[in-house]
Amino acid sequence: MIIKINLNNISKELLISPDDTLLDVLRKTGCLSVKKGCESSSCGVCTVLLDGTPILSCSYLAAKADGHSVTTVEGIAEQAREIGEFIAAQGADQCGFCLPSLIISTYYLKNTIGNPTLKDIKQVLQANLCRCSGYESQEAAVARYLGVKI
Amino acid sequence: MKQVRLSVPKIDSSGLAMGKAAYVDDLAPQNTLIVKILRSPYSYAKVQKIDTSVAENVEGVVCVLTKKDFPRKIFTRAGQGEPEPSPYDKFALDDYVRYIGDEVAVVAAHDEKIAEAALKLIKVEYEKFESINDFEKAYESKVVIHPEEEAHPTFDIGYDAKKNLAASYNMSTDDVEKELSRSQIIVHSTYYTQAQAHVMMEPHACATYFDYQGRLTVLSTTQTPFHVRRILSRVLEYPMHKIRVIKPRIGGGFGGKQAIHGEVYCAAVTIKTGLPAKLVYTRREVFQATYTRHPMRIDVTIGAGKNGIINAIDFKILSDTGAYGEHALTVLMVAGSKVLPLYNKASAVSFDGKVVYTNNTPAGAYRGYGAVQGNFALESAVDELAQKLGMDPVEIRKINMIKQGETSPIFRIMGEGREGTDTIINSCKLDYCISRGMELIRWKEKYPCRKISANKVRSVGMAIAMQGSAIANYDMASAAIKLNDDGFFNLTIGATDLGTGSDTILAQIAADELEVPTEKIIVYSSDTDLTPFDKGAYASSTTYASGNAVKKAAEKIKESIMAKAAEYFKCGISQIKYCEGVVYGPDNRQITLKELSTIIYYSGSQEQIYSCASYVPTVSPPPYMAGFVEVETDLLTGKVEVIEYVAVVDCGTPINPNLAKVQVEGALVQGIGMALYEQVIKSRSGKLLSDSMMTYHIPSRKDIGKITVEFAESYEPSGPFGAKSVGEIGIDTPPAAIANAIFNGTGKRIRKLPITPEDIIFFKEKHE
Repeated sequence: MIIKINLNNISKELLISPDDTLLDVLRKTGCLSVKKGCESSSCGVCTVLLDGTPILSCSYLAAKADGHSVTTVEGIAEQAREIGEFIAAQGADQCGFCLPSLIISTYYLKNTIGNPTLKDIKQVLQANLCRCSGYESQEAAVARYLGVKI
Repeated sequence: MKQVRLSVPKIDSSGLAMGKAAYVDDLAPQNTLIVKILRSPYSYAKVQKIDTSVAENVEGVVCVLTKKDFPRKIFTRAGQGEPEPSPYDKFALDDYVRYIGDEVAVVAAHDEKIAEAALKLIKVEYEKFESINDFEKAYESKVVIHPEEEAHPTFDIGYDAKKNLAASYNMSTDDVEKELSRSQIIVHSTYYTQAQAHVMMEPHACATYFDYQGRLTVLSTTQTPFHVRRILSRVLEYPMHKIRVIKPRIGGGFGGKQAIHGEVYCAAVTIKTGLPAKLVYTRREVFQATYTRHPMRIDVTIGAGKNGIINAIDFKILSDTGAYGEHALTVLMVAGSKVLPLYNKASAVSFDGKVVYTNNTPAGAYRGYGAVQGNFALESAVDELAQKLGMDPVEIRKINMIKQGETSPIFRIMGEGREGTDTIINSCKLDYCISRGMELIRWKEKYPCRKISANKVRSVGMAIAMQGSAIANYDMASAAIKLNDDGFFNLTIGATDLGTGSDTILAQIAADELEVPTEKIIVYSSDTDLTPFDKGAYASSTTYASGNAVKKAAEKIKESIMAKAAEYFKCGISQIKYCEGVVYGPDNRQITLKELSTIIYYSGSQEQIYSCASYVPTVSPPPYMAGFVEVETDLLTGKVEVIEYVAVVDCGTPINPNLAKVQVEGALVQGIGMALYEQVIKSRSGKLLSDSMMTYHIPSRKDIGKITVEFAESYEPSGPFGAKSVGEIGIDTPPAAIANAIFNGTGKRIRKLPITPEDIIFFKEKHE
């Protein structure tokens, strides 16, 4: 089947199978920032924005995205670089496998919650698991980026 | 221009943030064959008949490989140096399957869905055997897990397959029984640790293809590219000089990627078909069919005087290596060698350990590597001793623990799979780690506990730990540095950055020695064709061993540069001074590295300036730490929450303070997971039920409290710029510190991991 999506501000028609996940389709389309970690909507490394809201693309059928807009790190290069620099400044990026998804969630946080608190950060980012960093440095970086006092 | 001790951002951070192609699955050629593995549904069985004809005829299936397609070559997947200390007890494919998840057949197809469909069409008849899933019943059982004649160790590791013994080891420094009988106070307890899973975010993956030179190229998520090349060559009987192993960026390892996993099967498909192939493990395969931490039962007896001085320690360990003996001996020994020297006043210490085969998922290398299991037992027992004596747990440690300038006979007796090496501790700030940790957690105010509501109690606990830095006199590291025109350098290293930032800190070491900014050092690592040899990333060795190799290579190239400058200035080398990328000659003459390098390559002596150096550690200096925790226990539900974890770590000089700190923070959280959350659940038939991230719980950011990490800077004379290791030590203290805190709050001494709410609610003290 063919779906039409607005991928990172570019209209695309994609040939997919009805059982393809959005994650697999995005990676085939060249969005390599989207990673596969658990296949069970548990770890968060496949997080993308669907019409501006975070979803877990490993458990989201590509067919359902038909007619919607999808944003990955590739589509927000400037902001991604900036958020990435804040994270790197804390040494919190580590293996980097969960980094693009953390950036997507942080980008969402910035755009949807005015004057976020540390609690908001924990709440929104809790779906983004990380096994390297222990979270402390990640949160310090995100707080700094958002201007939240800790 | 100091570059060491600077928190330089990781050199790959921007690329990884932007989602650049960096990991195996990103870099694998387009349209590779997809490889899938048929795995045993039984704990222990023998394949009687296997019919692949239907699967092979599915359109899109390119090949199905079974035992007959592999050389009958026994090996170990452990991924260690030579001689390999793990027994040779594994075939690529065999008639026997020894755990649920063991490999039976390999399918390669043009796409994933076809490969998965074909797996289901392979018909296998099994003869099922009684299995052993309880490791306490494995030793000398009538069920023998390795009946095959070919299985053997490469040297004496206390192996006896007929008794299901993968390895065993014992030693004693003196007569422990005698010392115990003289002791005024004795504590004796048994502790159990679980088969913790690594859960690195990136599953194991590899891709194989023949490049334009016909070289078998293997992209792998490995921690040990050079060992992978050697082992692949052996198992597949494929010439080593035709194999190239590349480790790109990898998404975490923690020891779980030290061993060979899918590489053998993927490479076999490429060799057989000539086509590119890719094998990416599913998360279930990672849980079920890679590695776990070795579960252990540890019996500890400590004898002490009424003054609290520890006279004798006796450790008896039973370790479960699962179906294959990977890292069996070495993890066992580290449970003693990197734990027992903490209390070096004891005049008699004995250690007796057995590692048994079972029909469980194999155990292997995992951050902490035995030390965390041993630490949980010893540091819990020391608190039990303190309680019996009515002493503060901090005080009993202070009067017994090792100090700078001291030694322990254990260092000489116990190494890693071999004899150890005499070691005087030249850097140890444990005393500061403890005093600073007490301040940060406010121990005096909070010990042992305070009730904060009718049902909730807050309490503190602590533990100390040591680890090692590389394996002495065994594994080598090397580095090469090339000066380019324009005055920048390439650093090539075999060392393996598995997401720790080692490429960055090794560049900092080179930059510091060469007195240039880190950005002038361009790093390429972990490619067996292009970079010099390195043992790989394990045993907390990269900063210490690879770092020393890099420092030596930088010193050498600096000498070459100065010699060239002397030619240029037509003077003796003694008149040359090198300072911050500028070379000074006589009569106030000077030339920048940029100018000098351009002259050397285009009009001067026209000779490549290049250096290479190697390093083999002769000691394994331990990093030390003290861990303090405050927990809140709900007395009604048994739920334990970590309020704050404080770690003060002596890792020598932290080359990159931020990266070192995050190494510790990440390790602490893994340790907290081991202590409280990471429960391994199995069915009665041995099937792993906690085989997804929905059923196996690693801590999320809401499961941990505040984490505070500080460094107690010491200077290790044998380390590069005074550095020791930092990657593993952080995981060692949380299990014991948390168990101790729970005891201090509830009076319940839990001696198994993880400590669940049920353990607390249904707690009953066993009286002997």
